[in-house]
Amino acid sequence: MRARFEVNGREVEVAVEPRLTLADCLRHHLRLTGTHIGCEHGVCGACTVLVDGKAVRSCLMLAVQAEGSKVVTVEGLSNDEGLTPLQASFRKHGALQCGFCTPGMITTAHALLTEEPDCDADRVREVLSGNLCRCTGYVSIVEAVLDARAAYKGDAQ
Amino acid sequence: MKNTYIGAPMERREDMRFLRGRGEYVDDLEVEGLLYAVILRSSVAHGHIASLDSSAALKCAGVHAVITAKDMPGGVPIIPMRLQPLPEFKPYEQPVLAHDKVRYVGEPVAVVLAESVAVAEDALEAIALDIEPLPAISDYVTAAQNGSLLFESTGTNGSLVFHARKGDADAAFRDAPYTRRERLATGRHYGLTMEPRGVLAQWNPETGRLTISGAAKVPFFNRRILAKQIGLPETAIDMIENDVGGGYGARGEFYPEDFLIPFAARYINRPVKWTEDRRENLMAMNHAREAVADIEIACARDGTILALRGDIHNDMGAYMRTNGAVGARNVCQFLAGPYRVPHVELDSHLWMTNKTPVGTYRGPGRFESNFFLERLIDMVAADLGIDRVEFRRRNLVSQAEQPYPIAHVQPTDAKDQYDSGDYRIAFEQCLEEIGWYDKAKLCGRLTDGRYHGLGVSCFIEGGAAGPKETARLEINDDGTFSVYLGTTSVGQGVETIFAQIAADALEVPIERIRHVHHGSTHYVSEGFGAYHSRSTVMGGSALLDATKNLHAAIRAAGAKRFGCDASAIAIDGDKMSSSDGRTFALRELAGLSAEGTFHNHHHTYSYGTHAAYVAVDPKIGRIEIIDYVVVQDVGRVINPLTLRGQVIGAVVQGLGGACLEHLQYDDEGQFLTGSLADYLLPTASDFPNVRCVITEDYPSPNNPLGAKGAGEGGIIAAGGALANAVAHALAPFGAEPRTLPLTPSKVWELVGRKEV
Amino acid sequence: MKMPPFDYACPATLAEAIALLSTHDGDAKVLAGGQSLVPILAFRLAAPKLLVDLRRLTELRTIKINPDGVALGAMVRWCDIESDKRLRTAHPLLVAAVAHVAHYQIRNRGTVGGSIAHADPAAEMPGIAMTCEAEIVATGKAGPRTIKAADFFQGALTTALMADEIIVEIRLPAWPAGRRWGFQEFARRRGDFALAAAALFYDTAAGGKATNAHVGVIGVADRPLRLPSVEAVLNGATIDAATIAKAEAATTAAVDPDSDIHASGAYRKALVGTMVERALKMAAEQTP
Repeated sequence: MRARFEVNGREVEVAVEPRLTLADCLRHHLRLTGTHIGCEHGVCGACTVLVDGKAVRSCLMLAVQAEGSKVVTVEGLSNDEGLTPLQASFRKHGALQCGFCTPGMITTAHALLTEEPDCDADRVREVLSGNLCRCTGYVSIVEAVLDARAAYKGDAQ
Repeated sequence: MKNTYIGAPMERREDMRFLRGRGEYVDDLEVEGLLYAVILRSSVAHGHIASLDSSAALKCAGVHAVITAKDMPGGVPIIPMRLQPLPEFKPYEQPVLAHDKVRYVGEPVAVVLAESVAVAEDALEAIALDIEPLPAISDYVTAAQNGSLLFESTGTNGSLVFHARKGDADAAFRDAPYTRRERLATGRHYGLTMEPRGVLAQWNPETGRLTISGAAKVPFFNRRILAKQIGLPETAIDMIENDVGGGYGARGEFYPEDFLIPFAARYINRPVKWTEDRRENLMAMNHAREAVADIEIACARDGTILALRGDIHNDMGAYMRTNGAVGARNVCQFLAGPYRVPHVELDSHLWMTNKTPVGTYRGPGRFESNFFLERLIDMVAADLGIDRVEFRRRNLVSQAEQPYPIAHVQPTDAKDQYDSGDYRIAFEQCLEEIGWYDKAKLCGRLTDGRYHGLGVSCFIEGGAAGPKETARLEINDDGTFSVYLGTTSVGQGVETIFAQIAADALEVPIERIRHVHHGSTHYVSEGFGAYHSRSTVMGGSALLDATKNLHAAIRAAGAKRFGCDASAIAIDGDKMSSSDGRTFALRELAGLSAEGTFHNHHHTYSYGTHAAYVAVDPKIGRIEIIDYVVVQDVGRVINPLTLRGQVIGAVVQGLGGACLEHLQYDDEGQFLTGSLADYLLPTASDFPNVRCVITEDYPSPNNPLGAKGAGEGGIIAAGGALANAVAHALAPFGAEPRTLPLTPSKVWELVGRKEV
Repeated sequence: MKMPPFDYACPATLAEAIALLSTHDGDAKVLAGGQSLVPILAFRLAAPKLLVDLRRLTELRTIKINPDGVALGAMVRWCDIESDKRLRTAHPLLVAAVAHVAHYQIRNRGTVGGSIAHADPAAEMPGIAMTCEAEIVATGKAGPRTIKAADFFQGALTTALMADEIIVEIRLPAWPAGRRWGFQEFARRRGDFALAAAALFYDTAAGGKATNAHVGVIGVADRPLRLPSVEAVLNGATIDAATIAKAEAATTAAVDPDSDIHASGAYRKALVGTMVERALKMAAEQTP
């Protein structure tokens, strides 16, 4: 089957089996390997991407279901020159170690802060409870997300 | 040596790629002509393989091969043990593919090679595997009966007993005014990594070189094993370490797939990639921590500990893995923890069962022994009418007693002593930090439907395992330096830590350290890896030696250049000058490199204390951790930002093992926790209130950095601290937690509201 | 964990969707949010030949609130319920229960219709449907029919839906102002399926006595339950400490849950009693 959709601002067209997940399509057909696969059954959140502005588990979506949608991955939330304010906040707080859960954390945090730049620590923890991390124990991640709120308030992003 | 960078909370270099999704993990790699491997695994816990018919699978479009034991005419290789490779363990080592028997659910039986993972998984369903079941052993008690045997040739399911001895425990117990005996248990869980395992193997028949990507932890050792098994010289094999998504002891050991995938690449003459999925990982990555302790303690009336005695039974799973004996050895060697215990007689039994084999998990054997002893201490203190804080104070080892010898373990002849530290100082600091005495006033009564409780637990963490490590420094074209390490990265920040050490050792700005390369076998002549909290101490100390050797090489080059004595050459950062003022830039020596090594036969012992303040809802068994503090002394901090991350991350892992994580089997050895909905990991909501204080009171005398391995202390005392806090909260019910994990269901039972 | 192969259709109309299900005679499955179905396929616990994606059926995405009650289109997502401010007064019990469903990313795709059709015994939405006597409107080749919640849930992951039927709407009866309600859930971790939960409401008659009590529980049987014996304790009584204690005891007596890897049956039995007790306390303390 063919599916046409937008990824990180670029139109793409892929020829895929219906059973191919969006996660696998991004990683193998489009070579956007920043989105990681940690469980393939919708629990760990490492595969989180934005679809039409909403954070979703790309391992639970078929690539063909992305037809006509705008998909944004961690690569689309990054630039070549340096780090975005959210990424810089993660780095400052030591909010990553092995880096495997990090793309999912970044996309989820970005979606949250975009919708709710005034979120508090409880809300951050609630939202991030759908993203598993094994290295950090989450404390530094929550600190990093809270510290990044300033960049999302007003005209930022 | 300057201290510009060591001790500074430098932001990490590796973050630049991880944050932007530019990390390179093994599944991210694609090469021309790649075939994908999927493993057929036994769904029966114990049985004889009657037949395996892959003819239907081979007919599936896109399937290239189905490899079984029959395709290994020289015999199926056996995976040797890396640590404690005692002859008694030999019969229990694992073949890379099951051929006559299967011994655990998940054991590899065949490898399917296909155009895609999906096609290979379709083909798995077409393989007819017929297994005649045998009675399965699903716990150590049944194993010990030796009714059903996993290895008929040995006649027993008990592979070994470790004996830990110190002083004369029998005499001490005979004369002791007080003794108490308890049976305590820790549940099976493991060092689940967010990135499952993976191997990409490429075979070049023209050059006769085998290139393996996906290596981690101990690539040099694994290369040695693979070379022997596959019949190639070590020099023909490159093990490449890419980015690794977590280790914790479990990732990076030599598993069956580490032979099967390279074998498949040579068999089919195409590159082959295998990526473990999560369902496999739960049943195939090393399990850990399942132990039952039947132990007793002898004390004087004033609470002085006299002796420890008893048995610990370790559920080892179906095979002895490369490092499977470590936990069982540690649990008896270190049961006394940071306490003064003059007499020890402990036997640690290794029982084989029809479950996934066991390996190390962060703080192996130490998490278990900490829980056993710390629970015992609280119970004993209550019996003797001594405040449990005072009891610990009286028994913690002090600096005056260092180095403090611990129990001697046979048959490995493991003799050791703690290096430095006054454990009471960290203890007092932890109590102060959590506000122990103020919070104690809130305990002992029902407040808003909950009981509050405080728990404390003290630990030592062994680190810096030898025997040695290698580092290499090289001058680049632009005069910057590259660092090459034999130790490896599992996410702990080696690229940054070693840049800090190198910059200070070379006395150059840190930007002059262009890159730190780690793990891959072509970087240094010999390496050992990342385990037992050794990277900073061993790699760092090797780096200091490499600096010394590089400076000597630079001086020698300068002497030649200027025709003077090497001692007359001064090195100032990236410039060399002779005594008469002639200079040249380092970049003119591009390509010059020097190796360094550090030999070590003395472990370091970081230490500290955990304190937990909890509120328990007795009606529903819910535990909320209101405050949790770790104070840990590490001797010398290289990077406080990354160290804090390690400690807190370790604590949360430990609390996961204390409350949530539990690998479960039924009586037939069927694996019951096959998804992340069944095996529960901590999330951001579960333990939000963890904090740590790092101290540098007592550097280690055993290495030039004075550092102590510190990645495991955060996990070691979590079970003990939490269980003691819950016991304290539920004291009105006389509840004594004796097993982990402390699930709500278990807590409720402890409160005593069970229906008959 | 790649899924077994299947064909995929994304029909533009409901009639088309039904036709596809009918012709495949039980070998086709409806794909709504995919948050329950895709994991099942990833574990190869099912191997349908065809998935029928409902995402183009925009008429199934509406939330209608009128004097008869609340009608949720089957493709309404948890995030839609969360962001529809009208529901906070139109059906506060629904909103309270939905707050416990899964996680952020799942809530952006998971649907009420999908949850009802999946019928997990510990899921919140089926519990609300039972407690509130919801009606499930389904359409198949034989046309539309309305199925009462009590007839709909027939066992673990088993419902009254025929192979060719699609849920189009879930109707919750009107919620009067002044109604007292409570929702209490305990799960191992935030967002997990409930170990047990209670969803209940009652109205108040003259003299302050409770009437029209509806008490539903999840996680303690193979389907969500209503507990008439507990409702009998509440109806005609003042909801004070004594009544609440009686209701807790009646709850525990009314259920017989199994043990599993997460908890013992005895624990769940006691737990659900506590959930009812705390939900009643919550209801009794509400300011109307």
